[in-house]
Amino acid sequence: MATISTNDFRSGTKIMLDGEPCSIVENEFVKPGKGQAFSRVKYRQLRTGRVNEKTFKSGESVEAADVMEVELQYLYEDGEFWHFMDTTTFEQKAADKNAVADVKQWLKAEDNCTVTLYNGEPIGVTPPNFVTLAVSDTDPGLRGDTSSGGIKPATLETGAVVRVPLFIEIGDVLKIDTRTGEYSSRAKD
Amino acid sequence: MNWRPNANLTQLQKRAELLAGIRRFFAANKALEVDTPALITGGCVDRHIESPQVSGGRYLHSSPELAMKRLLAAGSGDIYQLSHVFRANEQGRRHNSEFMLLEWYRCGYSTADLQQEISQLISSLAGLPWSELSAGSIEYVSYQQAFIQYCGLDPLSCSVADIKRRCESSAPDLDDDDRDGWLDWLGSQLVFPHLGWRENQMFQTYLVDFPASQAALARLSEDAAGNSVAARFELYIAGVELANGYHELSDVDEQRDRLGERAATENPEFLAALEHGLPDCCGVALGVDRLLMLLTGAGSIAEVMPFSFERV
Repeated sequence: MATISTNDFRSGTKIMLDGEPCSIVENEFVKPGKGQAFSRVKYRQLRTGRVNEKTFKSGESVEAADVMEVELQYLYEDGEFWHFMDTTTFEQKAADKNAVADVKQWLKAEDNCTVTLYNGEPIGVTPPNFVTLAVSDTDPGLRGDTSSGGIKPATLETGAVVRVPLFIEIGDVLKIDTRTGEYSSRAKD
Repeated sequence: MNWRPNANLTQLQKRAELLAGIRRFFAANKALEVDTPALITGGCVDRHIESPQVSGGRYLHSSPELAMKRLLAAGSGDIYQLSHVFRANEQGRRHNSEFMLLEWYRCGYSTADLQQEISQLISSLAGLPWSELSAGSIEYVSYQQAFIQYCGLDPLSCSVADIKRRCESSAPDLDDDDRDGWLDWLGSQLVFPHLGWRENQMFQTYLVDFPASQAALARLSEDAAGNSVAARFELYIAGVELANGYHELSDVDEQRDRLGERAATENPEFLAALEHGLPDCCGVALGVDRLLMLLTGAGSIAEVMPFSFERV
């Protein structure tokens, strides 16, 4: 079992806490001059995304987590799993609904995603910062209608609903910021 | 890789002026500058400080304390030293494994006399034209008062169980018999960050009368209520621990006991010097880089160093 000392904790270091793989967000060194040194660690549970804090005695060792981030191409979903492929080895990985929970509405076939693997299995997926998706449904926007602030909802090909300007029509291809879920612009083709 | 310095040229000029200011102060106040070796034969005598070891079995000193006390025992009179010191695995916003310590000793001074001199030094340095520090008034608070005020526990009498009840769930995994470790934890969470401020006004807060169990190399004495405490103090400004001082322990037998077997064996010259006789004196060590942080308003120690530990 590989272990890692608090002295080697950096932002992004992957460790096991309470049986769960976690990523260190921040490690603050605290030491009263002549006293015991501590590492006050802020960490993110990789499966749930929850951020917690824990303090270690400095120099303490914890189990390292077998976590890797890889670039994989999204292929398709079969109702139960979302399938990804390594484009150099053609090896495929299947992610369950927990791993794609927050992002499945941004997954578009052939987009390259960052997939977090824990013991070789996907536990999280980060889509590209920007994706281009076609509008499958939206009300016709009436020019001059400002009662809704010039904004209306639009449903995209993946099922995601985003707020768009009134001039957007069905079939338009939009650039969406997946980090905020906001419309960015019409895609230039 | 980044070959460039952490500190910009202005910061480097301020550092140079700070060092010149310190030397001016001690020249005017009649202390002799000394320069003791950094490569020494004994490891650090403090339980929670580790001296890096180099090939040949010598250590890089974590403070010049023992060598300076040998000078005092040999009759040097009042002395000061500006030296780089080394502490393994101390890295953070206010810690760098190699940093500069200003350490000085005054013969015949009380801790109150020494505290007054520290504050005079800080006032004179806060008077440098570029200083952003208005050093504020001086206050004294005992370790006991500070803990009672900020976490409602009497550190001289409370049990480890009392401390654990006061800790949030994120408490570290310390042994139940490590009472001082638990006090360190509670203090660094709830007490020390408040010292050196009051209602957003900056203060020079002297934390005095440490628990006897945290005496390090200080004499033991009694507080007003008759509790056994250490004649040890720390200076805080704006939540930053800046200096640590003692009425120096001169009793050789007590010193040998406190060092324990390993440190006593590694430092026979120091014990022999105490045997010969250490004059009645008080001493203090002050973090020069942290002082420069406070004077320049820097957010991290790396900002005031030519090259931080990470960039060497």
